[in-house]
Amino acid sequence: VLNGTQFGVMLFLMAAGLTLVFGIMNLINLAHGALYMVGAYVAAATFGATGSFLLALAAAIAAALLLGVAIEVIVFRRLYARDHLDQVLATFGLILFFDEMVRVIWGATALYMSVPKFLGGRVELLPGVPYPTYRLVIIAMGLLVALLLYLVIGRTRVGMLIRAGASNRVMVAALGVNVVLLYTLVFALGAALAALAGAMAGPIFAVEAGMGENVLILAFVVIVIGGIGSIRGAFVAALLVGIVDAVGRAFLRPLLALLMSHAAADAAGPALASMLIYILMAAVLFVRPQGLFPPRGR
Amino acid sequence: VLRSRRGVITLIALAALVAVPALSLAAGQPFYIDLFTRVMVFAIAALSLDLILGYGGMVSFGHAAYLGIGAYAVGILSFHGIGNGFVHFGVAIPASALTALVIGFISLRTSGVYFIMITLAFAQMLYFLAESLNLYGGDDGLNIARASSFGGAIDLGDPVERYYFVFAWLLAFLYLGHRLVQSRFGLLLQGVKSNERRMAAIGFRTFRYKLAAFVIAGTFCGIAGVLYANAVLFVSPSIMHWTRSGEIMMMVILGGMATLVGPVLGAALYLILESVLPRATEHWQAILGPILVLVVLFSRSGLMGLLADGVRRRSVVRA
Repeated sequence: VLNGTQFGVMLFLMAAGLTLVFGIMNLINLAHGALYMVGAYVAAATFGATGSFLLALAAAIAAALLLGVAIEVIVFRRLYARDHLDQVLATFGLILFFDEMVRVIWGATALYMSVPKFLGGRVELLPGVPYPTYRLVIIAMGLLVALLLYLVIGRTRVGMLIRAGASNRVMVAALGVNVVLLYTLVFALGAALAALAGAMAGPIFAVEAGMGENVLILAFVVIVIGGIGSIRGAFVAALLVGIVDAVGRAFLRPLLALLMSHAAADAAGPALASMLIYILMAAVLFVRPQGLFPPRGR
Repeated sequence: VLRSRRGVITLIALAALVAVPALSLAAGQPFYIDLFTRVMVFAIAALSLDLILGYGGMVSFGHAAYLGIGAYAVGILSFHGIGNGFVHFGVAIPASALTALVIGFISLRTSGVYFIMITLAFAQMLYFLAESLNLYGGDDGLNIARASSFGGAIDLGDPVERYYFVFAWLLAFLYLGHRLVQSRFGLLLQGVKSNERRMAAIGFRTFRYKLAAFVIAGTFCGIAGVLYANAVLFVSPSIMHWTRSGEIMMMVILGGMATLVGPVLGAALYLILESVLPRATEHWQAILGPILVLVVLFSRSGLMGLLADGVRRRSVVRA
């Protein structure tokens, strides 16, 4: 369950950025996974060069910020007024581009990043139950980001403008706010969150081209379950998905083995576990077509 | 047909397709027959997607699932020694129709982004299901020993006969699609696309029409899957991966939505780029990606729009 929580928190980092961009700017950004990937690569490269994990995190976020601003200005700015289909396609093109560029720069083989030394140990949570410190740090980090986002969006002037821009872009612009700049800012924030997730994921998963897509789909599942544009929904749904996924992987096979033969359970268990979150999503959408926490007042 | 530019383009495209086998044999490059067989298979898939995407306004992001069902029907039946083509089609068609019925029934309750995502989720479910079929190769896929047989009438093992077999299906689907779009049903569907609430207010049960269109599209695509399996004699879960759905959608957009020949052109363009660019550079996707972005940004109605309407009216943006 803790692994699930950790996975869920990581998904939340991804999903938070995605839901910000999606809910506020009304833009489906499939290339969000590419930013995650770039974050992981930059972090792995910096970590390999300097050996400093904090520096690697900083570099990853900085790189994603720059990249985020660049693609926002070049491509996405033209897409806000288009329908979702155009956005899906354009960002799909960006995925192809970034995956390939990563292969050009870093080669086709996966990079591996080791867990930094000072986080490498284990902590005994309960007597006799050790748990890797690094994963605990991820959980803490995710919770911190969640809290920060909540405060920024809900309590500050910028957050207020972002929310206002989400509900009526034209009106906010008419009131003299530079919406274009605001959107670029939001997008950069989302990009930074993705890169943070990517950099944190580096030591756990292999860093390779295409790594973003798997997470991306899961992040979409998360924001759809949570309700598009809702940070709170993304948080709850990310934890839900992470835990359901981990529990499914751990317990489904033995559970099925009770019902049918071992061979059948061995085959069906992993398959069902992979499908479980999609089944969850379909079920949620069937009951609540707007997700668990639909944005209010739309 | 010759009165409109679209009609002319259609005829030129079809004539070109008829000539492909003869030309490529004459040029000593039989490779092109296989390439264009695949082009036509994906043209059928893209055409079926366009029926719901272009005419019905339903952005299904899981269309590759039906391709996979059709292909796996052939793969699994052949694995058990059933090579009869009639059986293959006889299984693949109801299987893909039924799947589309179930997926459509649930997905069509939602709309917009949620619809995109839920169709995606279903396709991913089927993808993982295929991956778990260890008996049938699981992750690695399944080789098909021989193409579907039709009792000696047609030999799908022969590249040229296979080519014209697929071509015949494509023609049939173009004709069917044409009739469908012009029919009362097709007009209703387009009405639903432009304003569903109004159609419902007039008294049509829009859900039923959308579901019917969804099932028809899924079935067509399932047939494309059977043809695909025969063309490459191999199926693997990757045929259902969501990037494949993205590619099919890309073909529709490249060619031009809400036209019947557009998807055919789009499939041809996409697959030709995909086979030509790797020769220029190993990192061909780095070129393909930006091309797609540019097409989306600057050519709203795709290749068909460019060809049929010319540059003059290109800037007219539909709301």
